[in-house]
Amino acid sequence: MKDPGKTTQRAPCARSLVLDKVTVRLNGLPLLHIDCAVSPGTILTIMGESGSGKSSLLDFVAGFLKPDFQATGRVLLNGRDLTELPAQERRIGLMFQSALLFPHLSVLQNLLFAIPAGIKGSELRRSMAEKALEDVGLAGFGARDPATLSGGQQTRVALMRTLLAEPEALLLDEPFSSLDRNRRAEVRALVFRLASENNLPVLLVTHDREDAEAAGGDIYDLDAGSALNTAAG
Amino acid sequence: MPPGNARPDLPTVLATGLLLGPVLAGLAGTLLPAFGYLPVLGFDTLNLDAFRQLVATPGLSRSAALSFGTGLATSLLSLAIVLLFTAGWSGTKTFRRLSRFLSPLLSVPHAAAAIGLAFLIAPSGFLVRLLSPWATGWSRPPDILILQDPYGLSLTFALVAKEVPFLFLMTLAALNRPHVQEYAKAARSLGYGRVAGFLTAVLPQIYPLIRLPMLAVIAYATSVVDVAEILGPTTPPPLAPRLVQWMNDPDLAKRLMASAGTLLQLAVSAAALLVYLVLEKAVSAVTTASSTRGWRFRRDRALRGAGLVLMALVAAAMVLSMGLLGLWSVAKSWWFPAALPQRWDAARAGDAIGMGGPALLATVLLAIAAAFAATALTLWLLETRNTHQKNRSRRLNALFFMPLLIPQIGFLFGLNMLFLVMGLNGSFFAVLLAHLVFVFPYAYLALSDPWYRLDPRYTKAASSLGASQARIFWQVRFPLLLRPVLVTFAVAAAVSVGQYLPTLLIGAGRIVTVTTESVALASGGNRQVAAVYAVLQLMIPLAGFSLAALIPSLVYRNRTAMGVSRT
Amino acid sequence: MKRLFAAGLFLLGTILAPVIACAQDQTPSSDWQDVLDKAKGQTVYFHAWGGEPRINAYIQWAAREVNNAYGVRVVHVKVSDTASVVSQVLAEKSVGKTSGGAVDLIWINGENFAAMKENGLLAASGWAEDLPNWRNVDVENKPTVKVDFTVPTDGLESPWGMAKLVFMYDSARLETPPTSLDALLEFAKNNPGRIAYPQPPNFHGTTFLKQVLINTVQDPAFLSGPAIPATFAEVSAPLFAYLDALHPYLWRQGEAFPKNAAHMRQLLADGELDIAFSFNPGDASGAIANGELPETVRTFVLDGGTIGNTHFVAIPFNSSAREGAQVLADFLLSPLAQSRKQDPEIWGDPTVLKVDALPAEERARFERVDLGVATLSPEDLGPVLPEPHPSWVSALEEAWSARYGAQGE
Repeated sequence: MKDPGKTTQRAPCARSLVLDKVTVRLNGLPLLHIDCAVSPGTILTIMGESGSGKSSLLDFVAGFLKPDFQATGRVLLNGRDLTELPAQERRIGLMFQSALLFPHLSVLQNLLFAIPAGIKGSELRRSMAEKALEDVGLAGFGARDPATLSGGQQTRVALMRTLLAEPEALLLDEPFSSLDRNRRAEVRALVFRLASENNLPVLLVTHDREDAEAAGGDIYDLDAGSALNTAAG
Repeated sequence: MPPGNARPDLPTVLATGLLLGPVLAGLAGTLLPAFGYLPVLGFDTLNLDAFRQLVATPGLSRSAALSFGTGLATSLLSLAIVLLFTAGWSGTKTFRRLSRFLSPLLSVPHAAAAIGLAFLIAPSGFLVRLLSPWATGWSRPPDILILQDPYGLSLTFALVAKEVPFLFLMTLAALNRPHVQEYAKAARSLGYGRVAGFLTAVLPQIYPLIRLPMLAVIAYATSVVDVAEILGPTTPPPLAPRLVQWMNDPDLAKRLMASAGTLLQLAVSAAALLVYLVLEKAVSAVTTASSTRGWRFRRDRALRGAGLVLMALVAAAMVLSMGLLGLWSVAKSWWFPAALPQRWDAARAGDAIGMGGPALLATVLLAIAAAFAATALTLWLLETRNTHQKNRSRRLNALFFMPLLIPQIGFLFGLNMLFLVMGLNGSFFAVLLAHLVFVFPYAYLALSDPWYRLDPRYTKAASSLGASQARIFWQVRFPLLLRPVLVTFAVAAAVSVGQYLPTLLIGAGRIVTVTTESVALASGGNRQVAAVYAVLQLMIPLAGFSLAALIPSLVYRNRTAMGVSRT
Repeated sequence: MKRLFAAGLFLLGTILAPVIACAQDQTPSSDWQDVLDKAKGQTVYFHAWGGEPRINAYIQWAAREVNNAYGVRVVHVKVSDTASVVSQVLAEKSVGKTSGGAVDLIWINGENFAAMKENGLLAASGWAEDLPNWRNVDVENKPTVKVDFTVPTDGLESPWGMAKLVFMYDSARLETPPTSLDALLEFAKNNPGRIAYPQPPNFHGTTFLKQVLINTVQDPAFLSGPAIPATFAEVSAPLFAYLDALHPYLWRQGEAFPKNAAHMRQLLADGELDIAFSFNPGDASGAIANGELPETVRTFVLDGGTIGNTHFVAIPFNSSAREGAQVLADFLLSPLAQSRKQDPEIWGDPTVLKVDALPAEERARFERVDLGVATLSPEDLGPVLPEPHPSWVSALEEAWSARYGAQGE
């Protein structure tokens, strides 16, 4: 397999997400190999059909690899080696195919859930959460039950929930696939804009070429087993 | 048919009648005698004498406190161990391995578990023998109060060891719900520790599925008879064993007192349930508050370790106890402090099994009949509600679980009198009916979730191909759900095998099962025979669960998608 | 299901038991022949304590024999507490079930018999003394076969075996056992935690209380009559004084008690206790033969004698198989069944028959029985102390329970 990372700047110690010679195996059989670095504010897109191992790669990076899978290699974030750290200490924000807003909490409580405990004072926390809602055009939605929100609204809340936890990198696991066509571009643009504004390295997994192209970064195609270099944005 | 005002369908009526009839009749049969009204025995004036007599009984408040305390402690501890372990380890290899160990333990009947544990932890039991005399210096068992301790600690321990597998399996089933694992990931990617993430983000999703089983555990543990008779304190005993004693007293006036005592038992169980509901509210408020404050609890190694150790302890205690029962069943002499029997005698185990033939037969027939009836009724009920697209009425569900939420003893005495008057006592049918009251709720509990989770598109696809309702059931839904249906059957059979009090009371001695024999022999002097019966009691449900696992694997050996889904 | 099993039993019986024919050599009287005819094909539900596998096996044997010889099927209902059977029959009577009752024959004595007799729960009197094998019963030397805990049996129950309180100890651990109550107390003080008695209302536990009561009471005449509330406290005062002194040195300091005699024997085997007791003088020998007790266990009795009684079988008034129950009761009295019962390897329960008066060949059956190393000879068993009136049982049990059964109140 070719190394997609060659085309990007390898700067292991700088602010970037580095996948250092990562190989994922399922019951001993190699599934994929990747070696790359993602710079802050840029997006690396990984494309592949289901079963190609792209979700297990995200699981490995985020620290959720299932017992059936084995992986070798290292994950570095801003110079920290994450490989052996438990998921909760990696500071990697994860967005899923569905928004996964906790149904037992209100929209606002979902956001409060994410704000670090170091930020004290319920007034301050509340205003931060409300500000986050405002930022994505959902002011006044705080008291709502998440189930009453549309798919696009849920994804926006989920995005803010992820960002409020102050991650140092973002993993996106087909977060737009459940949205309908006309909402999709809008939400996607918002996610990418906020990621870039927060200067986060982003790893996007998708099987939708439109997503990949909109991301504007490098594309690694697992099916082709090769790195496709699109015009950088 | 519009939901809500619709006339209830036949299976719902049947199930309601089956459960509600005996429970209400039994409760009435308890309530009236408590107030002095039991005309068949010549008591026909309403008065409070029974209560006065009850209150004057020495040690009553301590008995009630014991029932309340051991019951609540058992339930809370069991839940805590299960949740802590699940929170700390779900999704790991350790979790998977231990799950495989724990699932078969569900089939261990309470009495058998108690007998095995008694031999494990007694001062002359296996653990002390392993360490004696080389480490302890004891050439004779120490005089330490372990079994039947006045605070019911050994009773609590045995009940915890037995309830943990049950609650754990209920939790495992709940974890199969869609997205549950993703919620856990979401919380952890936001920086929450495993345990905190589970408790704040996952537990609220799955708790509704664990709640009823948990309430059933509380009701059971506050009113348990067989385990308490084997391991519970006796000076005084908890309330429930005392009630049985009074009920069996040749002085019939004691029956009125027993009825009054039963009302006290109901109050004790209700109080424990109430306390739990309050605790539930408090815990939910605390976790929500802690999560909106963003407390991450990232460093939860110690907690996770505790969860693992406790769970492993429970599993080890149960597995060891069962192993000891197996050893004793072929041991002739096994003197202290030998760690292994000195003389073996497998032939006598064979004799005992031969003598237990009728009991074995009765147990198996009852288990199969009860499991068949309960599973069939559950299927019918689910299928009817399914095709009518009715809303799942929570009230109706709660009703199905009622027999599990009211202590058995609360209505069995009354039911016993009712059957006696009807001349049904001691018949196979009456015992079967009594078993069904307890078996059906478990069957419903086991099957309803997989049934509702089956992708409705299969049915739609079959309908669009012109299949009739009956054909859809028999050729699509039933085969797709073969595995859960068989597991339900096995659960139902195991519940039937475990029934002690209903068999004893309603069977009037004419219906003898391995379980009633086992409890009778547990009080006797021959450990070998007691162990043989306990092993028999264990083998029947184990065979059921093995078959339930084996049959689908054989039927669908060439169908990859029908394999066991892994969590 | 039951039929299938019966068929199996029958088959088994025909193969295994050809001995029965000689048990009844006399030509039966016409009345008894009538009973035998009616009994054929009946099923007898025999409610008997089921905690002792050896006894269960013996009953199983008797059931097989009776089935082969008389076509009476016997089902042993293993009871954990005989009082519950009394309660069951009483409940049946109360709801008007005067026939077809669940209990056909019951193993009974003492306060349970008194309760059944008092409540009219037993089949019409006299049947027991009309049984063909009654003529061999030793009425003369064993008065308790007709007086159960001071209550006349009136032929309402048929004697089955003799009981006498004996104590067991392991001679490997204990050289000379304490043979008086004072010595027992002294022993307990020197060896705390090694003495116990089953918790009343267990039968053996209550018997221990009665033994102490008999040994400590001022005037034994009190005990042959009913316990009277007015004098109970005074009469029982020395008993409770003794127990108060003993309890701190009991096994588990008296916070827990063995459940019954079988449990106590198990604790003796485990080495937890130094002394256990039994109502069966052959118990130790039997348990040794069975591997339940070490071979060094021996039996002793208290100086001045121990309580003795007789245990019986009785037929409830509403038995659904009265004739079958009579046939079984008669078989249990036969020299064959009685001699087999006396064998410690089988049960070890002493006979109610007058062995000397039996025909030579029947007598030989008894002479062949080896009473075992741990069984005391009849001379060493000591005097038999009569049981107090049955009303003492509940009086003692209630007083005990109030005093020791509810700690922490």
